[in-house]
Amino acid sequence: MLRLMVGLLVSEAQTDAQPEALPTISDRRKKETISQMATMTKKTQEIEQVTLRFAGDSGDGMQLTGSQFASTTAMIGNDISTLPDYPAEIRAPVGTTYGVSGFQLRFGASEVTTPGDVCDVLVAMNAAALKVNLRSLRDGGMIIANSGGFDDRNLKLSRYESNPLEDGSLSRYQLHLMDINKLTASALADMNLNMKVAARCKNFFALGVTYWMFNRPLEPTIQWIRDKFKKTPELVEANTRVLHAGYAYGETTEIFTVRYDVRPAKLSPGTYRFITGNEAFAWGLIAASVKSRLELFLGSYPITPASTILHELAKHKHFGVKTFQAEDEIAAITSAIGASYGGSLAVTTTSGPGLALKTEAMGLAVMLELPLIICDVQRGGPCTGLPTKTEQADLLQAVYGRNSEAPIPVIAPATPAECFEMAFEACRIAIKYMTPVLVLSDGYLANGAEPWLVPAPESLPTLPVRFRTEPQGFEPYSRDEQTLARPWAIPGTPGLEHRVGGLEKQHITGDVCYDPDNHDFMVKLRAEKVGRIANDIPLAKVDGEESGDILVVGWGSTFGAIRAAVEKVRSTGVPVSHLHLRHLNPLPRNTGEVLSRFRKVLIPEINLGQLSRILRERFLVPAIGLNRVEGLPLRTGDIEAKILEVLSNGH
Amino acid sequence: MNLVVETMNNAPAQPAQKYAQKDFQSDQDVRWCPGCGDYSILAQVQRVLPDLNIPREKLVWVSGIGCSSRFPYYVQTYGIHGIHGRAAAIASGLKMARPDLSVWVATGDGDGMSIGGNHLIHVFRRNVGIKILLFNNQIYGLTKGQFSPTSVEGQITASTPYGNIDHPFNPLLLALGSGAGFVARSVDREPKNLQEVIRRAAAHRGTTFVEIYQNCNVFNDGAFSTMTDKETHDDNVLVLEHGKPLIFGKDKKKGIRLNGFTPQLVDIGADGDAGLIVHNEKDHMLAFILAGLSSMPGMPRPIGVLYAVDRPAYESDMVGQIEKVKQSRGEGELAKLLQGGETWQIEW
Ligand code: SF4
Repeated sequence: MLRLMVGLLVSEAQTDAQPEALPTISDRRKKETISQMATMTKKTQEIEQVTLRFAGDSGDGMQLTGSQFASTTAMIGNDISTLPDYPAEIRAPVGTTYGVSGFQLRFGASEVTTPGDVCDVLVAMNAAALKVNLRSLRDGGMIIANSGGFDDRNLKLSRYESNPLEDGSLSRYQLHLMDINKLTASALADMNLNMKVAARCKNFFALGVTYWMFNRPLEPTIQWIRDKFKKTPELVEANTRVLHAGYAYGETTEIFTVRYDVRPAKLSPGTYRFITGNEAFAWGLIAASVKSRLELFLGSYPITPASTILHELAKHKHFGVKTFQAEDEIAAITSAIGASYGGSLAVTTTSGPGLALKTEAMGLAVMLELPLIICDVQRGGPCTGLPTKTEQADLLQAVYGRNSEAPIPVIAPATPAECFEMAFEACRIAIKYMTPVLVLSDGYLANGAEPWLVPAPESLPTLPVRFRTEPQGFEPYSRDEQTLARPWAIPGTPGLEHRVGGLEKQHITGDVCYDPDNHDFMVKLRAEKVGRIANDIPLAKVDGEESGDILVVGWGSTFGAIRAAVEKVRSTGVPVSHLHLRHLNPLPRNTGEVLSRFRKVLIPEINLGQLSRILRERFLVPAIGLNRVEGLPLRTGDIEAKILEVLSNGH
Repeated sequence: MNLVVETMNNAPAQPAQKYAQKDFQSDQDVRWCPGCGDYSILAQVQRVLPDLNIPREKLVWVSGIGCSSRFPYYVQTYGIHGIHGRAAAIASGLKMARPDLSVWVATGDGDGMSIGGNHLIHVFRRNVGIKILLFNNQIYGLTKGQFSPTSVEGQITASTPYGNIDHPFNPLLLALGSGAGFVARSVDREPKNLQEVIRRAAAHRGTTFVEIYQNCNVFNDGAFSTMTDKETHDDNVLVLEHGKPLIFGKDKKKGIRLNGFTPQLVDIGADGDAGLIVHNEKDHMLAFILAGLSSMPGMPRPIGVLYAVDRPAYESDMVGQIEKVKQSRGEGELAKLLQGGETWQIEW
């Protein structure tokens, strides 16, 4: 008991020097805790934020365990951010380090913007899981280890020379051992289940233990188990039992003396749900389809980590959604272009390698000037790269990566829930400007989840669409004076028969035209059309001082980590400003002006400096990059250190 | 009701007046080489379209890249001149989005079978209701004379100065093997037969595939001369008619029968007409045998409809599934989606 409490307190003191303060206990509570230590056996301690990581074999159900913990936690009102971290192999050999699947989540009584740099508590279901994940556990953190997963075979497969649970190598941590395999088996002993089926319940034991430890209700998970296994009552019984057994184990055994409480966060009032980026993206498209009264068409080819958008949309056919799993990436986008010509709200979803394959067709969409949403859920690259990991290295591909001058608006959501808004925004721009629009999501946003304040449908703007129907004076490439959009004239409309294609168009008539002056004019016109969107998007808004020594600029999913880092530095009294760009092409009109008000511009990115290049090239600012390309979200601590380094480097 | 349906509500289901051939001629100058077989194909299409009784605005021609793919510019309907090889995919998307349209694809042997081969086989398999005319001239014309996936072995072309060592596709076998439900062939110089085949294709639901032998008089002149020259025509062209025996030749004195699975020439004058194959468009195996004749020396090449079976088109299944889900779950409502399932309230 003493060891545990002191452990947490000591670790808190240590983290003060570290980039990110982990469980913070208010000073008052700290004193109370210490004074009451001697008199209470099981004590509840209040903490502000905590990071927890479940790790096991990819067959151990860690994603499920993590997401159950996450949704229960969201439901009781904590703010939360999640990071599923799983291997590309579906079922790598059991017990190996490359088969380890993890799920990290950070939750708190205050705003949580990242899933945490390092975790406070690591649940390791076997030796390989410990081996792979120990580096993400902070010094003094807690390990809940399933000792049943550390037999000779496990140790050998994960290349441990001796058992780390016994050889003292984990003395820097608070180690709690329990044989979850055995405890699960004995909880189910009288049920006559086959051994394999019984063993598969063990993740619920771990979940039960953590539910006890963090004082979470079991009911939402029990309900989930009931729904999930409604066809096999046996499994409902088994999993529920094991969950209870885990909870009871925490309650009754000697090894845990403290449990923790994380108070609900002060979130704005309203209806919330827990949502991943890909779900939010799919729903944003559905909302845009409803608000524009256009039928939604998705042409897509399976690719990690974008496929779940296809899965999600395929579930919602009652909205009239047409989902087409095409034979390849090219058919996916070209079928969407065909659908758009026919008057659908057409979308294609993919990841980097697929985006590369769609390149030529994106050029066609630029030429045809038809609305089209292209979503690239970025992953580690190049080539096949790291399919299940996150990266931000497709920015230049998105903005520039096509033959010739082929401008396409590019936008990027900052958080999982924001994928909803950005999908909607992409549709708005595409329809209004008759243009393809590229949305850059990434693996972290796609699979990560957070509580989302659900918008009221009435609060979403309508997306007005007018198909051209008037034959009088119709010219396929005439333009709206303000937006430069051409008319959307769909087949079936009498008198508007016309041909479009990938050959250069004559201004106004849209006839094939090889005239040099016309080509020069059209190249500039297409650029101008996309450029004008800058008049129709929010101005760049700085968080913090409007001018000063340093501005940290970010885009996409690094928002949370940057924000947390900026706040950490500010809390020490050093002013730091933060600008997050959601519109990357065109950039907000005042971007250059905003950048010029700061002495230093720091741009953290999960690439080798792609936004840095764009901003340097556009505004001649000496942007400084923070570039780590690990396939993981940036760490708050790294950003914080870099801010301080840049500030102290006074040239 | 969505906006497209609402917009289309005002459009007539039938053409207001009976069209003439010239109603389908666009104002664009036709730019194929003089003497190119494409002219005849265009003329036959423009001749047949008025008979289909489809409002002009409901017709869409989609193409990829190549000489054949200029086709949409010359027909006064809606049209998309797409990118190389992708016509079938673009047309599929359009047809799925708009089952009310009559969607046609003009493609070639390079566009359709080389760079676009993947789309072609999958559209056959799925049976999306698009009408594909593949102009087979056994050469790349637009890029100036390289061999194509239907060029014959040994052919001297710009990229095979010592002779082509590629083995060609048989487009009809490819279509049949991929599950196409309507497979036909015609020739640019057979206007009557071509018109008839196009009419049949128009009436068929699901994917229709028509291979059209087309002479490229610049880069591969005379590729089909045995079928088009007066003197050799009758001995080399087998006109298929459902329910009729396979008879051809100058005096209708030649026939085809089967020896096991192998087709055999029959001299009707000497041997009589017993045992001749009777054409049956619904017989899948027979269609394979007929398609295979093209690569058997001494055999005529069949033209007309080889195979036609009716099965539901992909887009109607797609719509049907949506309707079913709507019936069981009710029309989608945004409020229910956003606020349904696992949500919680935060109140202050
Ligand atoms: S190159 Fe051949 S196929 Fe092309 S237009 Fe000329 S003759 Fe016709």
